[in-house]
Amino acid sequence: MKALRKQIDKIKPHFEKGGKFAIFRSLFDAIEVLIFVPDRVTSRGSHIRDGIDMKRVMITVWIALIPAVLFGIYNIGLQYYQSINVDAGFWQMVWFGFLKFLPLLLVSYIVGLGIEIIFAQIRGHEVNEGYFVTGLLIPLIVPVDVPLWQLALAVVFAVIIGKEVFGGTGMNILNPALVARAFLFFSYPKWMSGDLVWIANLVKGEGVPDTFSGATPLAQAALYEVDSMPSVMQMFIGTIPGSVGETSTIAILLGAAILIYTGVGSWKIIVSVFAGGLGMGLLLNAFAVNPYMEIPAYQHFVMGGFAFGAVFMATDPVSGSQTETGKWIYGLLIGILAILIRVLNPAFPEGMMLAILFMNVFAPLIDYYIVQANIRRRLKRAKSN
Amino acid sequence: MSKEKEREPLFSAKNLKLLKDPLGENNPITVQVLGICSALAVTAKLKPAVVMAISVVVVLSVSNVIVSIFRKSVPPRIRIIFQLVVIAMMVILVDQVLKAFAFEVSKQLSVFVGLIITNCIIMGRLEAFALANKPWESFLDGLGNAAGYGLILIIVGFFREFLGSGTIFGYHMMEKIGIYNIGYENNGFMILPPMALITVGIIIWVQRSRNKDLIDKS
Repeated sequence: MKALRKQIDKIKPHFEKGGKFAIFRSLFDAIEVLIFVPDRVTSRGSHIRDGIDMKRVMITVWIALIPAVLFGIYNIGLQYYQSINVDAGFWQMVWFGFLKFLPLLLVSYIVGLGIEIIFAQIRGHEVNEGYFVTGLLIPLIVPVDVPLWQLALAVVFAVIIGKEVFGGTGMNILNPALVARAFLFFSYPKWMSGDLVWIANLVKGEGVPDTFSGATPLAQAALYEVDSMPSVMQMFIGTIPGSVGETSTIAILLGAAILIYTGVGSWKIIVSVFAGGLGMGLLLNAFAVNPYMEIPAYQHFVMGGFAFGAVFMATDPVSGSQTETGKWIYGLLIGILAILIRVLNPAFPEGMMLAILFMNVFAPLIDYYIVQANIRRRLKRAKSN
Repeated sequence: MSKEKEREPLFSAKNLKLLKDPLGENNPITVQVLGICSALAVTAKLKPAVVMAISVVVVLSVSNVIVSIFRKSVPPRIRIIFQLVVIAMMVILVDQVLKAFAFEVSKQLSVFVGLIITNCIIMGRLEAFALANKPWESFLDGLGNAAGYGLILIIVGFFREFLGSGTIFGYHMMEKIGIYNIGYENNGFMILPPMALITVGIIIWVQRSRNKDLIDKS
């Protein structure tokens, strides 16, 4: 490690302003900071020194996502071998899933970080860690068979229009990963919805029996085929077709435990999203006129991307509500809207993405009124004394 | 208005500025952010965008001239209703001409031809310019502003049709390039209204990064 440090210190002057390779300074900076902890500390004024920085927050989310990633990789293989009716060993499935998942991950990171570095260069600041988590989230929320050029285009759109135009990491009003997904959803609906895209190679249909259906539980429910839906336990474990990382509620709950334990994700948002979803589900049950509205309210938690969105998307500290009371309102409305869109709007099989994006837009408004209410309350108290 | 001592040449530098400014640094859409609604509604295809642009050019330049001619005889208290009558007359004329000679496009544009009446750019120019200036200057101002509006419409329409449907004026451009064979697909999002907003936003972004004077001071 020391030798590396020496080597980096030796070439560092070349990358500083006026140096030979000054145009690559943000790339150099990013690599240096990635290998070693940044050496910049605040020098003036009194500060509480703490090891927590953006990098540590991002790494925590990353670790929390690992169960979902691993299960997603396994599930890609499982679904594929089930669809072609072949008995395959565990490692064979994992290997197949890994080969399918790796290109998605690579495209997401290479394209996204490439744009981040270009913008950091133009604007003269260092590369932010902001894309670190987004880059892992994007491949987890798309169907496994999405064409790579479309994914690359969505990443370009998400990073530039979703984030950089607002001023980069920390300034975005929408969750960039969901912007990428929404872009794909509206641009190339053929690859983002329907019964064929959720299982690898099903679009080509080689070796698949005619009777096989790749429909997700959500699609089945939307067609009122409630009886043919997988069991709740199966959906809870996650051996169902769906976007790469969203299927397994267990893996997501593991991640949620890590996020809540470390305090990185707000438990208030997670709990209130589930509460909102449950409330809306019960309300629909009470006025049920079709089989979809009749399915038990709790069952919505294990279908589609509800749990994934609640744990990893809604809790995004940048685009979500900042005030503590605001988090409750924000989360509740996400849960309510997601189930509402899912059950009552036939045009959108899944409501989670749209619900979160919609509430992202309203989060600043919620915060504004919470802060104003607080000011009014305290003014009143000050006057009465 | 004071009487001028010399006759100004028709295309003096000042008059040319009236014509040129709205095309670039004082563009009604990208700088003044007026008339956005119709810019979003009619730009999914290039042809309606062009027809819309021409319609607005005709309506705005002619009503500018008419209002300018009557600017001294119309009492200020009824000027708005007078302007509306002039615009409405022009819009109805344009609408009828479109229905007679370009029925298909007229159907595509549907209410948006009628809604030219409410286009903020037109009222804005009549109020801000034609009421205080002579007919020739008003004509140039109307022509310039409408052309600036039309220019953005056509740029947005071009990108939305090309990327969204793979055609230009209905001609299958993408197919001719042969790009579908390597797996390219049309972007359905480009046809939806949000993308018009984002395209206009990108044009504004490009314009402001080229011309730093336009960036707000705050």
